[in-house]
Amino acid sequence: MPLNRSDEDAERNRRFRELALPYLDDVYTLARYLLRDPTDAEDAVQECYLRAFKHFHTYRGPAMKPWLFAILRNVCHTEFARRSSAKLKAIDDAPEAADKPPLWHESQETPEGAILRERDASAIRKLIDRLAEPFRETFVLREVNNLSYREIADSAGVPVGTVMSRLARARAMLRAAWLAEEESSE
Amino acid sequence: MTCEEANILIHALADGELDAGHASEVEAHVASCPHCTAELAAIREMTEALARADLGFKAPPQLRRRIEDALPALPAVAAPPSRRSVLKGFAMGSVVSALAATGLVAIVISKDDQQRIEAEIVSAHLRSLQAGHLTDVLSTDQHTVKPWFNGRLDVAPPVIDLTALGFTLIGGRLDYVDARPIGAVVYRRRQHIINLFVAQTSSTERRTTRMDTIQGFNIRSWSERGLNFWAISDIGADELNEFGEKFETAMRVNKEG
Repeated sequence: MPLNRSDEDAERNRRFRELALPYLDDVYTLARYLLRDPTDAEDAVQECYLRAFKHFHTYRGPAMKPWLFAILRNVCHTEFARRSSAKLKAIDDAPEAADKPPLWHESQETPEGAILRERDASAIRKLIDRLAEPFRETFVLREVNNLSYREIADSAGVPVGTVMSRLARARAMLRAAWLAEEESSE
Repeated sequence: MTCEEANILIHALADGELDAGHASEVEAHVASCPHCTAELAAIREMTEALARADLGFKAPPQLRRRIEDALPALPAVAAPPSRRSVLKGFAMGSVVSALAATGLVAIVISKDDQQRIEAEIVSAHLRSLQAGHLTDVLSTDQHTVKPWFNGRLDVAPPVIDLTALGFTLIGGRLDYVDARPIGAVVYRRRQHIINLFVAQTSSTERRTTRMDTIQGFNIRSWSERGLNFWAISDIGADELNEFGEKFETAMRVNKEG
C-alpha cells in the first residue's frame, strides 16, 4: 500500500488503529473457530484487517466488532473456502446443512435434568469444532464473542429469526454431544 | 403459548434478548411447563459452563506485528492540524468523526472538561479490568454496596440492582478521576464489565444523554439530581444505552436511590 502522508490519511490511519486493533483477539478467536486451523486463522485475520482498512471510509459505526466480523467472514468464505472444505469434507461438507437434520449420531432429545460435567476449554473447543458451519458460526458469535442477536444477524448477513433458530439448534446439538461424551468416558 | 412456540423463544429469554412484554409471556409459559423449565435451566447451565471455560483465543504477538507493519506507518510526530481539517471534522457533526481527529480535537478543545474527564474514565475503566482492581466491595446485594460508600465519598452513589433486567450488580469501588475520589458501581453483562462512575455536579439541571466511543469503549454519560453519571463498557452502544435507560428508569422509580 503506498504511503500517503496527507493529514487526512494519517488521521484515518490513526483512527482505524484506535477503533479496530482492540478487537484483534476477538477477530482471531472467530477465525480460529471458523477455519479450525491456527495458520489459516492468522492469514485470514491479516487479510481481514487489510480489507477493513481499505474499506474503512464505508464504516458507519458505532459497532466495530460486527463490522470486522462480517469482513472476516467474507475472507474466510472466499479465500479459504477451497482450502478448508478440502480439509473438512469428511466431517460436514454439506452446504444445505442448515435445512437438514444435524449429522449428529446422538438423539437431540437429551435427558431433562442431566447435569453437564465441567470441562476445560480444549475439550469444549473440540465439541464446538464438530458443529456444522452455520451452527458453529452462530454459536461462537454468541457464546464466545458475546454479540447480541442483532449484531450476529449483521455479521452473518441473515435475519434475526435465523440466528435464533440456529442458536437453539446449535445449543441442543452441543449439549447432546457434551452429555454423550460424558457417558462414553464413564 | 405452546412449547413449540416457546422452544426457540426461551433461548432469547435466557440471552436477555426479549422485550419486557415477550419476556413475561415466555416466563409465564415456563412457569407452567416442567419441560420448558428444564430447558431454560439447561441453557443457563451451559452458558455459564462456557463462560467459565474461557473459550476465546489470544492473537499471537507476531500476528499483531504483521498487521501493524502492513498498515501505513503512523507519522512519528503528529503533523500540526490544518485549520481546514479541524473545521471539516466539526462540520461532519458526529462525535465519532470529531473524535476521529483525536489529535486535532485535543488541541482545539483541550479545555473541554467533558473530553478530558472521559479520557480519564477510560483509563479508570482499563485499570479496573486489571486483576484484583475491579471491586473494593464485592456483593450482588445493593444494600451491602450502597452503605459501603458512606464516609468514603462526598456523595451517595445510587446503587441499583438490575440483575432482573440482564445487568448483574457485582460490587463497588472507589476510584480517582479528575484528581478526586469517585464512586464506581460495577455491573456485569454476560462476561462484559460495565463501570458506572458517579460524581457530584455543581448544577442540578438535567444534562442530555450523550454517547461517545473512545479507544473502542462506549461511554454513555448523563446527569440527574445533582449527580453526573458515566457508564463505560466494551458492550455495544445499543446495549450500553439500554443499560443507561434501565438505570435511569429504576432511579426514577426508586426515589430513595
